[in-house]
Amino acid sequence: MAADDPFVLAGRTYGSRLIVGTGKYASFAETRKAIDASGAEIVTVAVRRVNITDPGKENLLEHLPPDRFTILPNTAGCYTVEEAVRTCRLAREAGVGTLVKLEVIGDERTLFPDVAATIEAARVLVKEGFQVLPYVTDDPVACKRLEEIGCAAVMPLAAPIGSGLGIRNPFNLRIIVEQSRVPVIVDAGVGTASHAAEALELGCDAVLMNTAIAGAKDALLMAEAMRLAVEAGRKAFRAGRIPAKLYATASSPLDGLVR
Amino acid sequence: MDFSASRWQIFNGVRITVNDEPRELPAEATVADLVAGLALGPRRIAIEVNRAVVPRAEYGARRLAEGDTVEIIHFVGGG
Repeated sequence: MAADDPFVLAGRTYGSRLIVGTGKYASFAETRKAIDASGAEIVTVAVRRVNITDPGKENLLEHLPPDRFTILPNTAGCYTVEEAVRTCRLAREAGVGTLVKLEVIGDERTLFPDVAATIEAARVLVKEGFQVLPYVTDDPVACKRLEEIGCAAVMPLAAPIGSGLGIRNPFNLRIIVEQSRVPVIVDAGVGTASHAAEALELGCDAVLMNTAIAGAKDALLMAEAMRLAVEAGRKAFRAGRIPAKLYATASSPLDGLVR
Repeated sequence: MDFSASRWQIFNGVRITVNDEPRELPAEATVADLVAGLALGPRRIAIEVNRAVVPRAEYGARRLAEGDTVEIIHFVGGG
């Protein structure tokens, strides 16, 4: 898949079109196993305070060495432009590069993004030299604005974070794919393998997920299923599917029938 | 109650807040001193003092002042 169909994001080339989160696992060892099974080369991480009274011995990046994985810090939990920008500045200072997943949340129940604040934060971050991957609603106009600002990709949601509902609006995603000159990454809402395949079949460049794998009864098996689904979806997209029609077209020749 | 002058001269360091916890450091303490005292191991961290990032190269030179608010972050699992 990598050799003849690379995924290029922010100037780097990847073989895998599956980006995975590292949250909700019982241990770092389990996190690593699931990521290996998924084949992902880009992994998201969160930026949080160190517990200074009990820092603990293990740390996440020991298990996910940045020379082997592209580390994508997120701004999850940020509700304002200032919080998101500060979080990105801290992430960059911690030394994993300039790629950031920008999330500015606008509503606690749905975790839908605050689009206006996301655009404002993206503008500040791009100016400061970050390569910004914004989580955004599946809104073609918002995606256009983010691309114009200079974001390295756009990441429309399939459905609310962690909902597992799958792609709620495939038609909007198709419009976003058609209009975008930066990669389109479906971020959030995937529940099972068919949803991931569908995202790639629609022409999206990649898909990002966390809960769908980490929350499955057998995370390793689901990680593998997602790897295969993303590969299958991408191949189906490249192959060019037949148009959907209302009536049948016979597959077998009509000549030479036994009469 | 002892209100003599010596009673009030016992602490002459700086009181700061680190990740919302109060800490006392000797006068003239730097960000590097603070980090050394926390035994964080080899993990990648980043530090803000009063909401501005302090570059790693400046840890040794940056003195902490009374009332400073420090944030120390690292990476954890997340989506």
